[in-house]
Amino acid sequence: MNDMTNKWIGQRTIRPDGADKVTGRAQYSADFAMPGMIHAKMLRSPHAHARIRGIDTSKAEALPGVKAVVTAKDVVDFPLDKSVMLGIQDMRWMCRNVMAREKALFHGHPVAAVAAINEEVAAAACALIEVDYEVLPHVIEIEDAIKPDAPILHEWNTFEGKPSNIAGTMVLKTGDVEKGFAEADVVIERTFTSRPVHQGYIEPHACTVSYAADGRVTIWSSSQGQFMVRAMTSLLTGVPQSNIRAIPAEIGGGFGAKTIVYLEPIAVLLSKKSGRPVKMVMTREEVQRATGPAPGSLSTVKIGAKKDGSIVAAQGTFYLQAGGLPGSPLRGPVGCSFAAYAIPNVLSVGYDVVSNRSKVAAYRAPGAPLGAFATECVLDEIAEKLGLDPLEMRLKNSAKAGDKAIYGPVFGEVTFKETVESILHHPHYKAPLDKNPAPGVKRGRGVASGFWYNAGGESSVQVNITEDGNVVVTTGHPDVGGSRASIANVVAELLGIDHSRVSVLIGDTMTIGFSNLTGGSRVTFASAMVATASTEKVIGQLKERAGKIWGIDAEAIKWEDGMALPAGDNAGKFPPLSLKELAAKANEMGGPIGTQVQLNTTGADPGFATHCVDVEVDVDLGIVRVLRYTAAQDVGRALHPGYVEGQIQGGVVQGIGWALSEEYLYDKNGRVDNASFLDYRMPVCSDVPMIDPVVIEIPNPKHPQGVRGVGEAPIVPPLAAIANAVHDALGKRFYALPMSPPRVSERLEQP
Amino acid sequence: MSKIHVSTSVNGEPVEFLCDASASMLDALRGPLGLTGTKEGCGTGDCGACSITVDGRLVCACLMLAVESEGHEIATIEGMAQGETLHPLQRKFLEMAALQCGICTPGVLISARALLEKNPDPTEEEVRFGLAGNLCRCTGYDKIVRAVLETAAEMRETVR
Repeated sequence: MNDMTNKWIGQRTIRPDGADKVTGRAQYSADFAMPGMIHAKMLRSPHAHARIRGIDTSKAEALPGVKAVVTAKDVVDFPLDKSVMLGIQDMRWMCRNVMAREKALFHGHPVAAVAAINEEVAAAACALIEVDYEVLPHVIEIEDAIKPDAPILHEWNTFEGKPSNIAGTMVLKTGDVEKGFAEADVVIERTFTSRPVHQGYIEPHACTVSYAADGRVTIWSSSQGQFMVRAMTSLLTGVPQSNIRAIPAEIGGGFGAKTIVYLEPIAVLLSKKSGRPVKMVMTREEVQRATGPAPGSLSTVKIGAKKDGSIVAAQGTFYLQAGGLPGSPLRGPVGCSFAAYAIPNVLSVGYDVVSNRSKVAAYRAPGAPLGAFATECVLDEIAEKLGLDPLEMRLKNSAKAGDKAIYGPVFGEVTFKETVESILHHPHYKAPLDKNPAPGVKRGRGVASGFWYNAGGESSVQVNITEDGNVVVTTGHPDVGGSRASIANVVAELLGIDHSRVSVLIGDTMTIGFSNLTGGSRVTFASAMVATASTEKVIGQLKERAGKIWGIDAEAIKWEDGMALPAGDNAGKFPPLSLKELAAKANEMGGPIGTQVQLNTTGADPGFATHCVDVEVDVDLGIVRVLRYTAAQDVGRALHPGYVEGQIQGGVVQGIGWALSEEYLYDKNGRVDNASFLDYRMPVCSDVPMIDPVVIEIPNPKHPQGVRGVGEAPIVPPLAAIANAVHDALGKRFYALPMSPPRVSERLEQP
Repeated sequence: MSKIHVSTSVNGEPVEFLCDASASMLDALRGPLGLTGTKEGCGTGDCGACSITVDGRLVCACLMLAVESEGHEIATIEGMAQGETLHPLQRKFLEMAALQCGICTPGVLISARALLEKNPDPTEEEVRFGLAGNLCRCTGYDKIVRAVLETAAEMRETVR
């Protein structure tokens, strides 16, 4: 629903950072260099689980060309008995993740770092470091880690009074599930597993750091939040935040995983010790072994419904892999799985399970796809059993405005039904599908829905009018997928000027106020809100200036099409004053024109999505191909439709990879066996069809342009939608991901 | 070990550089030649972010030794636009929002240009297989494929 009176909002404008990105000029984190710069490498644990009895770095330090060596004793220690939180991250775990302390907890865990005149010398020095390991038995899978006799990663952690690998729980409850299941006509309970998947950004982690003689630190790195880089680096190195200038490079993909640091604090310590700027760049193998991924899961979901399809009770138990240190995204499956539905009796429980894998990081709607995989597949099975259309069943059970969400708040608007209806009436859902197109080939169709909280939070912006009457907007959020383009549209619209006159850039931690992470589908929501408030203040200043020039009250002036005009005949007759004219007179009429707005934004209503997919299965080879995909989502308002569609399309294809081909494989020694883009199989261009986004725009009444978050919800439904489609094709349910050729073949051989 | 002297041509300009025998073409481009538009996503030829052409042939710069460029014509993303005039593919990618983070974009553009030089009228399937060596994690490929098809149509129109 593009408002036809809008000139820029809702238009497919050219993004402000576009020309740099298509010509190779954009600077990503590995593209920086400094005079006198040296290079650093990590020494990583060759064991999946080992106690570190001692580290001798003397031979490495003696190697010519080595300038500094760092181990855990150089990193600020956060004792195990006291939690220190930064957002959702506990610094006890972060300090041990960037550098192993008491134990190496996974193969690839950093144990030391060396800075030297070049990478080759740094790598040679790493090989000279002697680490005295006491190798311990390791555990990789959830099922093994929760056994009573499992090797324990953290002896100090107890669960139900005993040392355990269960490091945390989360419980949400409403009503009485036992009573609810007793009232149900049909109850289905199934257990699902999924494998860890990597976020798969193409840009490896990298940074360049300069620790100057006066103790001031400059960090060039790509992340989903320069203020997060500043805060975590400060906590882990002891350098005060006011001494750290974190400059955001262009970010080559993050999808959640660049919301924590891996390299920056270590590079700061190396730079401090060596007195030289230090550059650190991960290899792809290091990225795959030691960053991310999203957790694997073991979930049991039980749903009870009446004959008419109304759900009376639901119970979910979600075990998530945390990796070597606690902190899996339990609130994803526990809070999101049942949130779109009005269910009187719900019990949703999550367990955070540590094992000898790299510590998980956020990945697009963290944890929610795992919950939806289980829940949306069980719903499909119930609909089948009751002979109901799966979409009609979802409509029947949709949450409504005023319902209390299982995760706490009372829903304002609920736009879930609109997403279901748009698929129900979409030509895709109505199109006939030939289920047996050829011998050995089966086709099927599946649907599923998804929920994500969305988020607001802290955001800062400056809007400055240049002396020649153009506009520079500075925001505090790294732009992962076109947020600068959306902000430019909003500011140009409000000021009534040509889009090309607005430049948008991302400030560093010393040039813009605190702004929270780019993540959780919050940045376009939050930054458009503060950009609107700031631009409205600028318009107020412009009216005041025109008032001074004309000698009338600012309130008697209106702003239209980039000009100040008398608001009515009573205000007097004056020729309009353009932005350029007012800018030219700025200094004589009161000084520079510009404002800064900093808010903790609120009012981000949740996001809903419903997807429909057709698949084709090669029965002999076990290959599942996606033939057609339609993804409906309420986005509130698409400030830039191209990048809104892009979020949906990209999220869906990541979901396709999760469902069909991506997984971490471990050898018997607990080492990742497929730490490369060849063996870790993400979808390539020829694997997928066009992805048809159905962009529903029901404006969010709590946002000036009506924006809701977009980026997370699209990855929530695909896992279940594809599993349901494969069932439709083969008549067999798949309870384990990925549905890769060997697993599909194996399942087809079972009765 | 002493460095090796290499004379080659990059984007139509003669250049010389010194490199180790083990240096890849990607190392040489991003290091001594200062051309950081060619990206390293994997270093093993699996992602295509370092796509360049050598005498018109598409290669991953990370899989080629820098010394092998001696006497050949290298083309990188930095040579794709002519001054302020973008290549039609570059323009179309911007118009159609065919990039998000942009890290894969230089490689995708080089691959797409190589594809269109060989096949000016590709089908969707030919574009998908032509770009199958270029990983993109943001876009789901939809807008990239559409942009390449539209550019091809536009370029055929211009030729006519």
